[in-house]
Amino acid sequence: MRPPARPPRRRFLGRAAAAGGALLLSGCDALSRSAWFPRLLGSGESLSAAAQRLLTSRKALAQEFSDADRSPEFRSNGTAMPNNPDYEALSARAFVDYRLAVGGLVEKPASFSLAELRALPSRTQTTRHDCVEGWSAIGKWQGARLSALLEMVKPRPEARYVMFYCADPMEDDGTAPYYESIDFDDAFHEQTILAYQLNDRPLPIKNGAPIRLRVERQLGYKHAKYIMRIELVESFAHIAGGKGGYWEDYGYEWYAGI
Amino acid sequence: MENVAAGVRTGTMLYYRHTLPVRLMHWINVLALAILLASGLNIFGAHPALYWGKSSYTGEGPIFLISAREDANGDPVGITRIFGHDFVTTGVLGASAGEDGELVPVAFPSWLTIPGPRWLAMARRWHLFFAWVFVLNGLCYLAYTLASRHLARDLAPTAVDWRSIGSSIIDHLRFRHPKGDAAKRYNVLQKLAYLAVILVVFPLVILMGFAMSPRLDTLYPGWIDLFGGRQSARTIHFILAWLLVAFVLIHVFEVIVSGFWNHLRSMITGRYRIDVEASDETAR
Repeated sequence: MRPPARPPRRRFLGRAAAAGGALLLSGCDALSRSAWFPRLLGSGESLSAAAQRLLTSRKALAQEFSDADRSPEFRSNGTAMPNNPDYEALSARAFVDYRLAVGGLVEKPASFSLAELRALPSRTQTTRHDCVEGWSAIGKWQGARLSALLEMVKPRPEARYVMFYCADPMEDDGTAPYYESIDFDDAFHEQTILAYQLNDRPLPIKNGAPIRLRVERQLGYKHAKYIMRIELVESFAHIAGGKGGYWEDYGYEWYAGI
Repeated sequence: MENVAAGVRTGTMLYYRHTLPVRLMHWINVLALAILLASGLNIFGAHPALYWGKSSYTGEGPIFLISAREDANGDPVGITRIFGHDFVTTGVLGASAGEDGELVPVAFPSWLTIPGPRWLAMARRWHLFFAWVFVLNGLCYLAYTLASRHLARDLAPTAVDWRSIGSSIIDHLRFRHPKGDAAKRYNVLQKLAYLAVILVVFPLVILMGFAMSPRLDTLYPGWIDLFGGRQSARTIHFILAWLLVAFVLIHVFEVIVSGFWNHLRSMITGRYRIDVEASDETAR
């Protein structure tokens, strides 16, 4: 009698592969929920940041586009209207009462009205906005150079990060205001602006009125909208979740260069 | 190391086929690619649409879209749109069983993604970590394969190979596999497939990953326009990933039909059993 060689073996192989695959995937989910493994995976971020800074110059500019490349409608993502009475009061009067407070580790704390921000050295750029979700939109932005504003308030030598505190609460009960942070390489970058115009019109509320950050070499969640206050800090470990931004506190990379 | 081990029984011999570095890098690559695919599909789920061009919003719709609508009972129906044509793909694309077995709207089913549930931040961590494993492993492989002359000796097609392309295609279609001495070498289709994957698809899928990085886009102004822009690069990245899946399916199929255990052993211990003709044996 010929022993029944191949078919059972193949069936076994198939089942073993399926079972192995299922085990592997559920194992991956267990690893994702552990404390140590995501931290190990997170080491990829430092490697990516180092490699990207090595490969590209600190001052290299993001690609700029022509008017024809612009998206017909600039998509609004996240908050489209901040659920915040103070903000509603400001927007009701077209932001004439708006003041951007700049403080923290600076020699000369100051606050700026929208008109004062518009009077600062500005830059106009048509750039591509890359959301972490995967989509891109192209828009023409005009805004005050963050470098010009920082030179006015004179950062102290120990300052390392620029924090942006926003008017939009991320929880329905009005808590968890959005916030972000960038380092000085990006803060003093030529294309880093506090944008007050989109496509030649005042920045719409859904896109972050009265001002939003443009930090063109990073993903969309770094581009904080509805900025109310700027603070220079040495470390952000003590702020909110300690990771330097609202989404960062939920596990997104602080350095969003890829 | 000696290339030919002593024959274990009459008519067969164990041939030392894969060196330790190649075996090691092969399995690291298996792990990295599997995780890159599964985590990539989870990332894709955050915006399950593909476009051609510099941005997603150009006035033209996506060329590929996975979405879900509700039927009369409020249950999700998975819809896959390809160049404007809609296909119902419930159960696989657009809507599939979630953790409790109920249909949920999700691009790719949870059994295919890492992590299982939609979790962009975690999927990115897996993807970007194992992208480094894949890239560094690939660089090591490239250095090794050049230094050891593995590329020139075993992978580059010879003049004889090029002439045998027609017969090799027929052999593959008939599942006829080389025996004896010929089994020691890769056949020409195998060489071309490996070379295409190693020298074209792998570098290109990595490059398309770079093209999606807003920081690496600054490398040279507009370099990603060579590939049609960032959204085109994202689409190419996705297509290349499935091309690699197709390669792996064919690769594993060929491994199974030409001696699964023999190939598996050779990729673990390095030793590959070859049937030797009796006359060959006496001639030596």
